[in-house]
Amino acid sequence: MQPKPVALKVLDIISIILLGVATYLALVFAPTELVMGDVQRVFYFHIGTAWTALLGFILAAVFSMIYLITKDLKWDRRQVAAIEVSLVFFLITIALGSIWARPVWNTWWTWDPRLTTAAITELIYVAYFMLRQGIDDPDRRARFGAVYALIGGLSAPITFFAIRLFRTIHPVVISGSNPEGQGSFSMTPDMRVAFFFALFTFTVIFIDLFWNRILLGSLQDQVEQLKLKVTM
Amino acid sequence: MFFQEPTPDTSGYMIAGYTIAFIVMGLYVLSLYLRNRNLRQDMSMLEELEDSATKVEARSERQVKKSPAEPAGRKSAQTVTKRAKKK
Repeated sequence: MQPKPVALKVLDIISIILLGVATYLALVFAPTELVMGDVQRVFYFHIGTAWTALLGFILAAVFSMIYLITKDLKWDRRQVAAIEVSLVFFLITIALGSIWARPVWNTWWTWDPRLTTAAITELIYVAYFMLRQGIDDPDRRARFGAVYALIGGLSAPITFFAIRLFRTIHPVVISGSNPEGQGSFSMTPDMRVAFFFALFTFTVIFIDLFWNRILLGSLQDQVEQLKLKVTM
Repeated sequence: MFFQEPTPDTSGYMIAGYTIAFIVMGLYVLSLYLRNRNLRQDMSMLEELEDSATKVEARSERQVKKSPAEPAGRKSAQTVTKRAKKK
């Protein structure tokens, strides 16, 4: 059994500190948006988690490709780790978006292109874990998972570009604007500070959780191998 | 300026949002911790099993080395039949 690396322990502590600072910046430092009120503050965590989740899904597709070329199970472990952490982050994104939509759009949920593609992406990756659960042979499981994650990875850019390609009421706050968007706003310099800090924080937290999950995966494999050795 | 609508009080939604975000993150970290702990317990148990299995194997190998010509059970059976013939 390998002990937890010191660098990872340090990263754990840094992540907690960064999360605390990001929360302070979002809740206290950033000014209140005049039209929407305090609910606009969920935007900082909403974008932060969405960015890392979509990046994680694309990263998983890259790991899948590498696994299919090399057949090395360590890439399978990385792919699973990236998808699991991204799935959790994307769940937070959807939940925060829904809470924001209630006072701003006067509904918890609407079948807007962005919301629909986001829900489909989340469900695709929930199904990914169901698929893996159903296969016992590790090599077969890794191969099926890699092909699935590679195809599923397409849903991430589709979700990202949905508000830029289709008619939607979802606002575009970064890099462009959507005239039909309901709940759009311009960021003040203080809002930008809180926003970019949240992006940075969630990227660090993602790396931290991803690393932890990879270690867990390798421990799982060791236990599986030892089980086989003992039973034979 | 006088006709400007006041900022709505939506702080309840903000609190709900941040609470859910922290709960989901907390649950995930807890699940990582619990899975890690369970796997380490499994690992130490399996290592103990493996150790005891190797000890048993070594003991049986030693017994085989002590009586290399014939197995112990067979020998005792032969002595029993010899005694029976004498009688």
